[in-house]
Amino acid sequence: MTARQRGWFFAVAAAGLVACLLWAFTGLPGFGHYPGPYGQVILGQAVQQTHATGVVSAINFEYRGFDTVGEEFILFTAAAGMSVVLRMMRGERERQPADEAESRTAAPTSSSIRVVALLLVGPTALIGWWFASHAQTSPSGGFQGGVILASAFILVYLSGEFLTFRRLSPVALVDAVEALGAGGFAGIGVAALVMNLPYLYNYLPLGQFPGAVSSSGTIALISFFVGLEVAAAFVLIVSELLEQTLLRSA
Amino acid sequence: MISTGLMDTLQVTVLVLVAAGAFVVVRTRTRVRQVLALSVYGMLLAILFLVFQAPDVTLSELTVGAVALPIILLLAIAKVRKREQ
Repeated sequence: MTARQRGWFFAVAAAGLVACLLWAFTGLPGFGHYPGPYGQVILGQAVQQTHATGVVSAINFEYRGFDTVGEEFILFTAAAGMSVVLRMMRGERERQPADEAESRTAAPTSSSIRVVALLLVGPTALIGWWFASHAQTSPSGGFQGGVILASAFILVYLSGEFLTFRRLSPVALVDAVEALGAGGFAGIGVAALVMNLPYLYNYLPLGQFPGAVSSSGTIALISFFVGLEVAAAFVLIVSELLEQTLLRSA
Repeated sequence: MISTGLMDTLQVTVLVLVAAGAFVVVRTRTRVRQVLALSVYGMLLAILFLVFQAPDVTLSELTVGAVALPIILLLAIAKVRKREQ
Protein backbone atom coordinates (compact mmCIF):
# COMPACT_ATOMS: atom_id res chain seq x y z
CA MET A 1 0.00 0.00 0.00
CA THR A 2 1.48 3.36 -1.01
CA ALA A 3 1.49 6.41 1.26
CA ARG A 4 -1.17 7.99 -0.94
CA GLN A 5 -3.49 5.03 -0.61
CA ARG A 6 -2.98 4.98 3.14
CA GLY A 7 -3.85 8.66 3.24
CA TRP A 8 -7.14 8.04 1.43
CA PHE A 9 -7.89 5.08 3.66
CA PHE A 10 -7.32 7.25 6.72
CA ALA A 11 -9.41 10.12 5.32
CA VAL A 12 -12.42 7.83 4.76
CA ALA A 13 -12.09 6.24 8.21
CA ALA A 14 -11.65 9.64 9.91
CA ALA A 15 -14.66 11.10 8.09
CA GLY A 16 -16.75 8.12 9.21
CA LEU A 17 -15.60 8.53 12.79
CA VAL A 18 -16.34 12.26 12.80
CA ALA A 19 -19.81 11.66 11.32
CA CYS A 20 -20.62 9.01 13.95
CA LEU A 21 -19.31 11.21 16.77
CA LEU A 22 -21.34 14.21 15.62
CA TRP A 23 -24.44 12.05 15.36
CA ALA A 24 -23.82 10.71 18.89
CA PHE A 25 -23.14 14.16 20.35
CA THR A 26 -26.50 15.47 19.18
CA GLY A 27 -28.19 12.77 21.28
CA LEU A 28 -26.40 13.70 24.49
CA PRO A 29 -28.27 15.43 27.33
CA GLY A 30 -27.47 19.14 27.78
CA PHE A 31 -24.17 20.08 29.42
CA GLY A 32 -24.45 19.54 33.17
CA HIS A 33 -27.93 18.00 32.92
CA TYR A 34 -27.52 14.27 33.53
CA PRO A 35 -31.07 12.85 33.43
CA GLY A 36 -30.39 9.56 35.27
CA PRO A 37 -32.29 9.01 38.53
CA TYR A 38 -29.43 7.30 40.34
CA GLY A 39 -27.53 10.36 41.57
CA GLN A 40 -30.65 12.00 42.96
CA VAL A 41 -31.69 8.84 44.81
CA ILE A 42 -28.24 8.38 46.39
CA LEU A 43 -27.90 12.07 47.29
CA GLY A 44 -31.26 12.02 49.01
CA GLN A 45 -30.57 8.94 51.10
CA ALA A 46 -26.83 8.41 51.58
CA VAL A 47 -26.15 10.72 54.53
CA GLN A 48 -29.17 9.48 56.44
CA GLN A 49 -28.48 5.83 55.68
CA THR A 50 -24.72 5.71 56.28
CA HIS A 51 -24.00 8.79 58.47
CA ALA A 52 -21.13 9.55 56.09
CA THR A 53 -21.08 13.09 54.71
CA GLY A 54 -18.39 12.03 52.24
CA VAL A 55 -20.99 10.49 49.96
CA VAL A 56 -18.38 9.37 47.44
CA SER A 57 -16.85 7.15 50.13
CA ALA A 58 -20.30 5.90 51.08
CA ILE A 59 -20.79 4.82 47.46
CA ASN A 60 -17.30 3.35 47.08
CA PHE A 61 -17.18 1.43 50.33
CA GLU A 62 -20.83 0.60 50.87
CA TYR A 63 -23.28 0.85 47.95
CA ARG A 64 -20.76 -0.60 45.51
CA GLY A 65 -18.37 -2.03 48.08
CA PHE A 66 -18.11 -5.36 46.27
CA ASP A 67 -16.77 -3.64 43.14
CA THR A 68 -14.23 -1.83 45.26
CA VAL A 69 -12.97 -5.11 46.72
CA GLY A 70 -12.24 -6.21 43.16
CA GLU A 71 -10.40 -2.96 42.38
CA GLU A 72 -8.45 -3.34 45.58
CA PHE A 73 -7.20 -6.73 44.48
CA ILE A 74 -6.22 -5.37 41.05
CA LEU A 75 -3.59 -3.23 42.75
CA PHE A 76 -2.67 -6.06 45.11
CA THR A 77 -2.16 -8.43 42.17
CA ALA A 78 -0.19 -5.80 40.23
CA ALA A 79 2.21 -5.26 43.15
CA ALA A 80 2.57 -9.00 43.70
CA GLY A 81 3.18 -9.63 40.01
CA MET A 82 5.73 -6.85 39.85
CA SER A 83 7.74 -8.17 42.77
CA VAL A 84 7.71 -11.66 41.26
CA VAL A 85 8.91 -10.44 37.86
CA LEU A 86 11.61 -8.17 39.26
CA ARG A 87 12.83 -10.80 41.65
CA MET A 88 13.85 -13.02 38.75
CA MET A 89 15.86 -10.17 37.28
CA ARG A 90 17.68 -9.68 40.54
CA GLY A 91 18.98 -13.21 40.11
CA GLU A 92 20.47 -12.19 36.77
CA ARG A 93 22.37 -9.41 38.42
CA GLU A 94 24.02 -11.73 40.88
CA ARG A 95 25.45 -13.80 38.08
CA GLN A 96 27.52 -10.94 36.68
CA PRO A 97 28.65 -8.77 39.57
CA ALA A 98 31.77 -7.61 37.72
CA ASP A 99 29.86 -5.07 35.63
CA GLU A 100 28.67 -3.11 38.58
CA ALA A 101 31.51 -1.07 40.00
CA GLU A 102 32.31 0.64 36.71
CA SER A 103 28.93 2.26 36.15
CA ARG A 104 28.88 4.23 39.38
CA THR A 105 28.38 7.69 37.96
CA ALA A 106 25.55 9.11 40.08
CA ALA A 107 26.05 12.72 41.10
CA PRO A 108 25.52 13.53 44.81
CA THR A 109 22.10 14.93 45.72
CA SER A 110 22.10 18.73 46.07
CA SER A 111 21.59 20.12 49.57
CA SER A 112 18.51 22.11 48.60
CA ILE A 113 16.72 18.98 47.38
CA ARG A 114 17.71 17.17 50.58
CA VAL A 115 16.37 19.92 52.85
CA VAL A 116 13.10 20.42 50.96
CA ALA A 117 12.44 16.68 50.71
CA LEU A 118 13.17 16.07 54.40
CA LEU A 119 10.98 19.02 55.44
CA LEU A 120 8.12 17.61 53.38
CA VAL A 121 8.27 14.07 54.80
CA GLY A 122 6.38 14.84 58.01
CA PRO A 123 3.57 16.96 56.52
CA THR A 124 3.13 14.51 53.64
CA ALA A 125 2.79 11.53 55.97
CA LEU A 126 0.30 13.48 58.10
CA ILE A 127 -1.82 14.49 55.11
CA GLY A 128 -1.82 10.92 53.81
CA TRP A 129 -2.88 9.58 57.20
CA TRP A 130 -5.62 12.24 57.46
CA PHE A 131 -6.93 11.44 53.97
CA ALA A 132 -7.07 7.71 54.65
CA SER A 133 -8.82 8.15 58.00
CA HIS A 134 -11.32 10.89 56.99
CA ALA A 135 -13.02 9.32 53.99
CA GLN A 136 -16.35 9.46 55.83
CA THR A 137 -16.31 13.26 56.21
CA SER A 138 -14.47 14.53 53.12
CA PRO A 139 -14.00 13.79 49.42
CA SER A 140 -10.76 12.00 50.28
CA GLY A 141 -10.41 8.27 50.71
CA GLY A 142 -8.12 5.34 51.37
CA PHE A 143 -6.73 5.28 47.84
CA GLN A 144 -5.60 8.90 47.73
CA GLY A 145 -4.37 8.77 51.33
CA GLY A 146 -2.40 5.61 50.61
CA VAL A 147 -0.60 7.09 47.62
CA ILE A 148 0.27 10.24 49.58
CA LEU A 149 1.50 8.15 52.51
CA ALA A 150 3.70 6.18 50.13
CA SER A 151 5.10 9.39 48.63
CA ALA A 152 6.31 10.37 52.12
CA PHE A 153 8.58 7.31 51.97
CA ILE A 154 9.66 8.23 48.45
CA LEU A 155 10.61 11.71 49.72
CA VAL A 156 13.02 10.02 52.14
CA TYR A 157 14.65 8.40 49.14
CA LEU A 158 14.65 11.71 47.20
CA SER A 159 16.55 13.36 50.03
CA GLY A 160 19.38 10.99 49.16
CA GLU A 161 18.72 8.54 51.97
CA PHE A 162 18.34 5.33 50.02
CA LEU A 163 19.55 3.21 52.93
CA THR A 164 17.13 4.94 55.31
CA PHE A 165 14.36 4.34 52.81
CA ARG A 166 15.26 0.65 52.81
CA ARG A 167 15.42 0.52 56.60
CA LEU A 168 12.04 2.31 56.91
CA SER A 169 10.37 -0.07 54.48
CA PRO A 170 11.79 -3.59 54.83
CA VAL A 171 10.11 -5.82 52.27
CA ALA A 172 8.77 -8.26 54.87
CA LEU A 173 7.01 -5.45 56.78
CA VAL A 174 5.65 -3.82 53.61
CA ASP A 175 4.37 -7.20 52.42
CA ALA A 176 2.68 -7.77 55.77
CA VAL A 177 1.01 -4.33 55.78
CA GLU A 178 -0.19 -4.84 52.22
CA ALA A 179 -1.68 -8.20 53.11
CA LEU A 180 -3.27 -6.72 56.24
CA GLY A 181 -4.87 -3.94 54.21
CA ALA A 182 -6.26 -6.18 51.47
CA GLY A 183 -7.25 -8.93 53.91
CA GLY A 184 -8.83 -6.42 56.31
CA PHE A 185 -11.16 -5.09 53.62
CA ALA A 186 -12.20 -8.55 52.46
CA GLY A 187 -12.40 -9.74 56.07
CA ILE A 188 -14.82 -6.97 57.09
CA GLY A 189 -17.08 -8.30 54.37
CA VAL A 190 -16.69 -11.92 55.44
CA ALA A 191 -17.46 -10.97 59.05
CA ALA A 192 -20.88 -9.79 57.82
CA LEU A 193 -21.46 -13.23 56.26
CA VAL A 194 -20.61 -14.88 59.59
CA MET A 195 -23.29 -12.70 61.22
CA ASN A 196 -25.76 -13.95 58.61
CA LEU A 197 -25.80 -10.57 56.83
CA PRO A 198 -25.07 -9.76 53.18
CA TYR A 199 -21.38 -9.48 52.21
CA LEU A 200 -19.92 -6.09 53.24
CA TYR A 201 -23.11 -5.15 55.09
CA ASN A 202 -22.51 -2.14 57.35
CA TYR A 203 -22.93 -3.83 60.73
CA LEU A 204 -20.95 -1.42 62.92
CA PRO A 205 -22.74 1.34 64.87
CA LEU A 206 -23.18 4.34 62.57
CA GLY A 207 -22.43 6.91 65.25
CA GLN A 208 -24.80 9.56 66.49
CA PHE A 209 -23.89 12.47 64.26
CA PRO A 210 -23.63 12.27 60.49
CA GLY A 211 -20.25 13.68 59.56
CA ALA A 212 -18.46 12.93 62.82
CA VAL A 213 -15.08 11.22 62.43
CA SER A 214 -16.34 8.27 64.48
CA SER A 215 -19.46 7.86 62.36
CA SER A 216 -20.34 5.79 59.27
CA GLY A 217 -19.64 2.29 60.67
CA THR A 218 -17.61 0.06 58.37
CA ILE A 219 -17.04 2.80 55.76
CA ALA A 220 -14.34 4.55 57.79
CA LEU A 221 -12.71 1.24 58.71
CA ILE A 222 -12.65 -0.04 55.12
CA SER A 223 -11.18 3.24 53.89
CA PHE A 224 -8.41 2.94 56.44
CA PHE A 225 -7.58 -0.63 55.37
CA VAL A 226 -7.57 0.52 51.74
CA GLY A 227 -5.13 3.26 52.74
CA LEU A 228 -2.77 0.69 54.30
CA GLU A 229 -3.00 -1.58 51.26
CA VAL A 230 -2.39 1.17 48.72
CA ALA A 231 0.48 2.76 50.66
CA ALA A 232 2.21 -0.60 51.07
CA ALA A 233 1.63 -1.56 47.42
CA PHE A 234 3.17 1.67 46.15
CA VAL A 235 6.14 1.51 48.52
CA LEU A 236 6.69 -2.08 47.38
CA ILE A 237 6.49 -1.20 43.68
CA VAL A 238 8.83 1.77 44.05
CA SER A 239 11.37 -0.06 46.19
CA GLU A 240 11.44 -3.01 43.80
CA LEU A 241 12.09 -0.63 40.91
CA LEU A 242 14.67 1.29 42.95
CA GLU A 243 16.58 -1.86 43.69
CA GLN A 244 16.64 -2.58 39.99
CA THR A 245 18.03 0.81 39.11
CA LEU A 246 20.21 1.63 42.09
CA LEU A 247 21.75 -1.57 43.33
CA ARG A 248 23.17 -2.27 39.92
CA SER A 249 25.37 0.79 40.17
CA ALA A 250 26.04 0.56 43.91
CA MET B 1 -20.74 31.43 45.18
CA ILE B 2 -19.01 32.03 41.88
CA SER B 3 -21.30 33.47 39.20
CA THR B 4 -22.32 31.21 36.29
CA GLY B 5 -20.57 33.32 33.66
CA LEU B 6 -17.27 33.22 35.52
CA MET B 7 -17.62 29.48 36.05
CA ASP B 8 -18.23 28.92 32.33
CA THR B 9 -15.14 30.95 31.47
CA LEU B 10 -13.11 28.95 33.98
CA GLN B 11 -14.34 25.64 32.58
CA VAL B 12 -13.60 26.60 28.99
CA THR B 13 -10.14 27.90 29.97
CA VAL B 14 -9.25 24.67 31.75
CA LEU B 15 -10.54 22.54 28.88
CA VAL B 16 -8.35 24.48 26.45
CA LEU B 17 -5.35 24.16 28.80
CA VAL B 18 -5.86 20.38 29.06
CA ALA B 19 -6.04 20.05 25.28
CA ALA B 20 -2.87 22.13 24.91
CA GLY B 21 -1.17 20.09 27.65
CA ALA B 22 -2.00 16.82 25.89
CA PHE B 23 -0.47 18.20 22.71
CA VAL B 24 2.70 19.23 24.55
CA VAL B 25 3.03 15.74 26.11
CA VAL B 26 2.74 14.05 22.71
CA ARG B 27 5.13 16.49 21.02
CA THR B 28 7.87 16.23 23.68
CA ARG B 29 10.45 13.80 22.34
CA THR B 30 12.98 13.50 25.21
CA ARG B 31 11.87 10.78 27.59
CA VAL B 32 12.56 12.47 30.93
CA ARG B 33 11.08 15.77 29.72
CA GLN B 34 8.05 13.91 28.48
CA VAL B 35 7.50 12.45 31.96
CA LEU B 36 7.73 15.93 33.49
CA ALA B 37 5.25 17.24 30.91
CA LEU B 38 2.98 14.31 31.74
CA SER B 39 3.18 15.23 35.43
CA VAL B 40 2.15 18.82 34.69
CA TYR B 41 -0.62 17.44 32.47
CA GLY B 42 -1.79 15.38 35.47
CA MET B 43 -1.98 18.58 37.51
CA LEU B 44 -4.03 20.23 34.74
CA LEU B 45 -6.43 17.30 34.68
CA ALA B 46 -6.76 17.51 38.47
CA ILE B 47 -7.67 21.21 38.15
CA LEU B 48 -10.16 20.28 35.41
CA PHE B 49 -11.92 17.84 37.72
CA LEU B 50 -11.96 20.41 40.52
CA VAL B 51 -13.49 23.05 38.24
CA PHE B 52 -16.11 20.52 37.15
CA GLN B 53 -16.99 19.92 40.82
CA ALA B 54 -15.52 16.46 41.36
CA PRO B 55 -13.12 16.99 44.28
CA ASP B 56 -12.75 13.25 44.91
CA VAL B 57 -11.58 12.62 41.34
CA THR B 58 -9.27 15.64 41.71
CA LEU B 59 -7.52 13.96 44.63
CA SER B 60 -7.19 10.65 42.78
CA GLU B 61 -5.86 12.31 39.64
CA LEU B 62 -3.47 14.44 41.67
CA THR B 63 -1.98 11.42 43.44
CA VAL B 64 -1.87 9.09 40.44
CA GLY B 65 -1.31 11.43 37.49
CA ALA B 66 1.01 13.97 39.07
CA VAL B 67 2.89 11.76 41.56
CA ALA B 68 2.67 7.98 41.24
CA LEU B 69 2.78 7.57 37.45
CA PRO B 70 5.75 9.95 36.88
CA ILE B 71 7.74 8.24 39.65
CA ILE B 72 7.19 4.78 38.18
CA LEU B 73 7.97 6.01 34.66
CA LEU B 74 11.16 7.77 35.80
CA LEU B 75 12.34 4.62 37.56
CA ALA B 76 11.59 2.53 34.48
CA ILE B 77 13.53 5.01 32.29
CA ALA B 78 16.49 4.87 34.68
CA LYS B 79 16.40 1.10 34.44
CA VAL B 80 16.32 1.07 30.64
CA ARG B 81 19.14 3.61 30.47
CA LYS B 82 21.28 1.43 32.68
CA ARG B 83 20.85 -1.44 30.26
CA GLU B 84 21.63 0.75 27.23
CA GLN B 85 24.96 1.83 28.68
